[in-house]
Amino acid sequence: MAKRESTLKNMVLSLSLIAMVASACLGFVYSVTAKPIEMAGLNKKLEAIRQVVPEFNNDPNAEMFRLPTGEGDSLDIYPAKRDGEIIGYAVNTYTNNGFSGYIGLMAGFKPDGTIINISVLSHKETPGLGTKMSDPQFSDQFKDKNPVSFSLKVKRDGGPVDAITAATISSRAFCDAVERAYNTLQKGGLK
Amino acid sequence: MNEIQNLTKGFFRENPLLVLVLGCCPALATTSSAFNGLGMGAATTFVLLGSNVVISLLAGIIPDKVRIPAFIVVIASFVTIIDLVMQAFSPELYETLGIFIPLIVVNCIVLGRAEAFASKNRVFSAFIDGLGMGLGFTMALVILGSIRELLGSGALFGLKFIKGDGILVFILAPGAFIALGYLIALINRLKRT
Repeated sequence: MAKRESTLKNMVLSLSLIAMVASACLGFVYSVTAKPIEMAGLNKKLEAIRQVVPEFNNDPNAEMFRLPTGEGDSLDIYPAKRDGEIIGYAVNTYTNNGFSGYIGLMAGFKPDGTIINISVLSHKETPGLGTKMSDPQFSDQFKDKNPVSFSLKVKRDGGPVDAITAATISSRAFCDAVERAYNTLQKGGLK
Repeated sequence: MNEIQNLTKGFFRENPLLVLVLGCCPALATTSSAFNGLGMGAATTFVLLGSNVVISLLAGIIPDKVRIPAFIVVIASFVTIIDLVMQAFSPELYETLGIFIPLIVVNCIVLGRAEAFASKNRVFSAFIDGLGMGLGFTMALVILGSIRELLGSGALFGLKFIKGDGILVFILAPGAFIALGYLIALINRLKRT
């Protein structure tokens, strides 16, 4: 195949042409996928909220508000209401103490601070070890516990939480995230 | 070389992962389960097919001195397409594969085939080559993922049939190296006979 000569004009022309066609293609693909990507993210969030608070009939996503954690940032709070009455809060909380850093959780609380349920949003924990925090076996032990009497600590730290085998760090981080959510709600004066 | 040989060389004789030992980074990192290996392999195959065909078509108009940047632009475009599509329609798989999808851009298999094969051959041969190499890579990833999932968590494609935890090291990074090492040793043994 006869190659085009590597003159400056040829090089600039061919590269620009390829880059332009490539950008056009990408622009098209982006415009097609932008909507589904947004929907997928929103669905995941709503699904998580549904898992951690009792049945609601408002739109928690529209009524979302932020509360400061007291550590220089804030958490997203999604109030769940049934017929206008608050039945729970879903808190999008996090910790940076996971085995591989960031873990995002959605924690549901009753207005009195009792934990309803917890669901894991995102994490980079070790597959087969830390990933077990998504299993009901682990997260169910938080159900219906009020952090006032149920200190959020693993057994090794003198608390009541049964850590995941060989994943104490992930379990500890999980507790840390839940505690952050609880403290933020309390500080925000939500009863 | 006829086209059938061209297709099958990627599976055994020139398997990108097990014989050429290319693309080790995604292979080791994403094969903690057979399904993840399959997803990674499918994404790589798509990029290989696309880039091989387009580069083979463009080979005539790309001046020699800028061929590598031109190839990279083409490859990066295909990777971004699969990245967006996966994010939109298969968010769960996208989350597990995470950073390794964008990293297909620098996967040496893709650039290697573009440089060594697609830019010197006709479109149809390049297509067959990309298909063979991609499927060979996918096969290697699925085998590696199956071994690790089987030993590490007693499951296959998420179906658990052994109770308990399995040998945890196989889920972790060292297990990937151990499994890949034995797999390559096995292939070398088979090639000698």
